[in-house]
Amino acid sequence: MIPVGALADIPVGEAIRVQADVPIAVFRVDDGAEGTVYAIDDTCTHQKASLADGWLDGCMVECPLHAACFDLRTGLPDGPPAKVPVRTHQVVVSDGMVYLKLAEPAELGAGTREVEVA
Amino acid sequence: MTASVTVVGASLAGLSTARALREQGYAGRLTIVGDELHPPYDRPPLSKDYLAGTTSRAELDLLTTDDDGLAVDWRLGRTAVGLDTAARTVLLDGGERVVSDAVVIATGARARRLPGPTPAGVHTVRTVDDATALRAELVPGARLVLIGGGFIGAEIASTARTLGVDVTVVEALPVPLAGPLGAEVAQACAGLHGDHGVALLVGIGVERVLGDDRVRAVRLADGCELPADVVVVGIGATPCVGWLADSGLALDPVTGGVRTDAHCATDVPGVLAVGDCASPYRRYADRPLRLEHWTNALKQPATAAATLLGRPATVSADHEVPYFWSDQYESRLQFAGHQVAGDEVEIEGDVDARDFLAVYRRAGEPVAVFAMNRPRPFGKWRRELAARATAPV
Repeated sequence: MIPVGALADIPVGEAIRVQADVPIAVFRVDDGAEGTVYAIDDTCTHQKASLADGWLDGCMVECPLHAACFDLRTGLPDGPPAKVPVRTHQVVVSDGMVYLKLAEPAELGAGTREVEVA
Repeated sequence: MTASVTVVGASLAGLSTARALREQGYAGRLTIVGDELHPPYDRPPLSKDYLAGTTSRAELDLLTTDDDGLAVDWRLGRTAVGLDTAARTVLLDGGERVVSDAVVIATGARARRLPGPTPAGVHTVRTVDDATALRAELVPGARLVLIGGGFIGAEIASTARTLGVDVTVVEALPVPLAGPLGAEVAQACAGLHGDHGVALLVGIGVERVLGDDRVRAVRLADGCELPADVVVVGIGATPCVGWLADSGLALDPVTGGVRTDAHCATDVPGVLAVGDCASPYRRYADRPLRLEHWTNALKQPATAAATLLGRPATVSADHEVPYFWSDQYESRLQFAGHQVAGDEVEIEGDVDARDFLAVYRRAGEPVAVFAMNRPRPFGKWRRELAARATAPV
């Protein structure tokens, strides 16, 4: 597991970026209580931008560059311009410390398709 | 009742129109005409990662499995050459006539060129074929002269540097990008060239490109000659509206785009215009603006589809505020709003460290925001501008 840091260092409604093999964005979503922590790949699957810098609205994060939205729980985009989900990572909070268990590497490019030309 | 729609233009605005029509419940016939053979693809990477070779051709494709239900009759590689508004008929090259109940004009813009013939090695970049051709010539040690220091010029200069190309940018204005960004912010952007070993010559025009079979130099207005193996002309774009010359549709005398109201409607019923070729009235600027922004081409068609289908327009708040970005030399530039000469600029951060935010104010009120490498505060400001734009007066 990858140590992220103290839960107290991530304000509710904010995100931090941690460097693993690839950058990971860790969000602490306002759930009316302690805040739920989610982790996804930080780099937008559309074009290079850090999702930790994006706009958090509930469990959705909007990319700061082109407004692609991803669901932090599933990694799925809600429509164009993103075509490919981001990976979601398992989060463990123990004794006030946050850890990540990274998902398997993703197969990039899935979801695109060819068009038939009349 | 609209039973057939023809969209002229198969790039982001045309595709977004088709998507918006289907999303809003349109079930009729849908034809898209595009003058390139390629299905819709994304253009911003053409001067950046695609040119650098780090984004593949397949990654540019805009169509996804989500588009399977679009049921579009694609007419690709076909150029619209005329529009009969009374009969709502689009005339294609080769003589075919496409008749429908409504026509959406989304023909975009084309790169402005130097007058007269030019030798091989002189490029413009608008299409994927343009970018592929340029990429083949950007070899290490090549000498590239960019004519024009605007966004395309600056992005190509920055990509070319990563490829080991020797780059010179020639700009006619005293400060490139002073129009869209204002002099103070534009000056900071111009500094990026020097930071990365690119020579920027300002306030000087180009007399002509020299070379017979192949370009060998660019001669400036003062007689100086810049040796060149490759030249890119980045002097702006003009809307593709020539095919409408006999249609009777009104063009905006200032912007050259197809004149529409805020809801994308032209003065002819059943004929709408979106994207780079359109010049709609913009409430945010309180005047017509023709925007060549990617986000405009993505979002504006939802308004056009609602107008066409007679549904209430649901413009998202953020789309009221024009937005664009540019990636240059690993710096991310973002701009939202509309600034004019005379706006006061308030800088937060460190301009020399290429890390700052600029807020433009008119009579004390924020009207635009620019950020260099500050996406988080920029995002907050962009939302703030959108909230102000849509707040009841």
